[in-house]
Amino acid sequence: MGILLGILNNLIKGISLGSIYAIIALGYTMVYGIAKMLNFAHGDVIMVGAYVCFFAMGQYKLHPIVAVLLAMAVCTVLGVIIERLAYKPLRAAPSLAVLITAIGVSYFLQNSALLLWKSDTKIFPSVVGTGSFKIGELSITHVALVTVAACVVIMLALTFFTSRTKMGKAMRACSEDKGAAMLMGIDVNRTISMTFAIGSALAAVAGVLLCSAYPTLMPTTGSLPGIKAFTAAVFGGIGSIPGAMLGGILLGIIEIFAKAYISTALSDAIVFAVLIIVLLVKPSGLLGKTIREKV
Amino acid sequence: MKKLSPGRKRLVNNSITYGMVAAAFIILQVLRGQGMVSPSLEGQLVPICAYVVMAISLNLVVGISGELSLGHAGFMSVGAFSGVIAAMSLQNAIPSPALRLVVAMVVGALFAGVAGFIVGVPVLRLRGDYLAIVTLAFGEIIKNIINILYVGVDGSGLHFSTKNEAALALESGGKAILKGPMGVTANVKLATFTAGFILVLIAITVVLNLVNSRAGRAILALRDNRIAAESVGIGATKYKLMAFVTSAVLAGAAGALYAMNYSSVAAKKFDFNTSILVLVFVVLGGMGNIRGSIIAAALLTVLPELLRAVNDYRMLVYAVVLILVMLATNNPTIRDFFSRLGLKKAPAKKGVKQA
Repeated sequence: MGILLGILNNLIKGISLGSIYAIIALGYTMVYGIAKMLNFAHGDVIMVGAYVCFFAMGQYKLHPIVAVLLAMAVCTVLGVIIERLAYKPLRAAPSLAVLITAIGVSYFLQNSALLLWKSDTKIFPSVVGTGSFKIGELSITHVALVTVAACVVIMLALTFFTSRTKMGKAMRACSEDKGAAMLMGIDVNRTISMTFAIGSALAAVAGVLLCSAYPTLMPTTGSLPGIKAFTAAVFGGIGSIPGAMLGGILLGIIEIFAKAYISTALSDAIVFAVLIIVLLVKPSGLLGKTIREKV
Repeated sequence: MKKLSPGRKRLVNNSITYGMVAAAFIILQVLRGQGMVSPSLEGQLVPICAYVVMAISLNLVVGISGELSLGHAGFMSVGAFSGVIAAMSLQNAIPSPALRLVVAMVVGALFAGVAGFIVGVPVLRLRGDYLAIVTLAFGEIIKNIINILYVGVDGSGLHFSTKNEAALALESGGKAILKGPMGVTANVKLATFTAGFILVLIAITVVLNLVNSRAGRAILALRDNRIAAESVGIGATKYKLMAFVTSAVLAGAAGALYAMNYSSVAAKKFDFNTSILVLVFVVLGGMGNIRGSIIAAALLTVLPELLRAVNDYRMLVYAVVLILVMLATNNPTIRDFFSRLGLKKAPAKKGVKQA
């Protein structure tokens, strides 16, 4: 019974961590699907979101929900500004140039945070308190519950948005074929800005949830979860929304189980090894579309 | 200007590259002789050489072979630690420091080459971003493994463990070389600027000769159009692997050189950020352009030092410079301006993309 309980507990932890990865991965995958670029600065937007929420709650004593909304608003504006200033002029440039620019933006955000908020580690107060639910011997923290719930809600909302609304359909059209979308009267630039806005708002949510579960906050907080979420997006098939979700949750579960049952120091290595094996068997990710090469 | 034949043009071009490196070396040596090199720059000389070699080797994969690699620091790491272990365990067997440095670099290059082969075989089956993410994954795996590895040496040879220093069970008189997350802590510094300069020359020679050989033309053909190249009988895996392993070998030697410049070095030095740093050198220097890589690597390694005056803001300035350079070099107006001045070849026509 003890072993089973341990496994269940770890499964819950894994799903909760995976949900955070999934929310971040959604941002990566949407931007990749439409702008065909790897937005390396995404991880740092997460960090900015967490800091905004931290100061809103700590210094200005705002209600947690207001603080989260404020963080989302700031990140949305930030995402749109970044897109406008750094990525938009490079629409026609080779993808590597855009990649390096994204890295530049990532350095910029990290170092601005270092100057503004100093390098000392902040202890993030959980937005939903530290309590936990008990079902028999099983205990589920409130943070885990809220994280999973947020992930499911976001997933459903995004699915609805992309399949039913006009803007969502425009996004799918752009990711399919930008030229044709333009001919159909879709404002491609606005659609891309919108994608960045949504992705960055999600990043803020992810930042708050991440720091609620793992309460240390510093200017480099976002980079490793960013890389892992990017891995999750590729794992599930980059460009696919359900893929990002599946990839994120699987990655979280693998990480927690590797930490609990194999080795803490090697857990990252195991996560990446699983990724490599999956990509070798299915080169375009779990749910990715296989594009056949034509001459 | 008189039109030169392609062969002559290449010769002139390559001579400029070699000449530039040699001139930089001689000028720096003269300045050092007169004590005009600041201590901070003095300390940067070997790292500059190591990063130049890293940039040249990554350019072989990213620029010349056309595959984005995000894990190049992994090979640097393999080279660094195998090199240091070799140098430290042979401390008594080989008294000459110069020879020991050479042994370290050769061992580092060999181990990195083997790692390159092991990584390259699966990785090169993938394409584009998937290939990039798998190289990133391998880089992280290498970092993680070295992070838990303990290596020691005593009278009976090398001991390995993944637990802790005590598990090495060294005889008295033995010493632990690699101590897990702490890395190497008691290295004897052997690297010299001259050794770095020679390694840079070797790297340039290897890459330029490879590019201008039959194999190099095959690699370029595969980059430009894989399907067409394969249809005329060029084996993609073979040539891409050749470029990848050569690149890993050079990165390993650079890693050994880099590590031998410090008394302590840990695995976390060679993380994703280092891979990215080298990629930045390659992209800023120009893809496939060896001379550009050299200049970019040297300048960007020195740049944070030059910005000491604005200490707190230097990484911020670095980031802004990076973004502005990328925006400026890809701006059609500025490109047109340069091509009109005749400084740069006219940019390729937009929209001519292969299907």
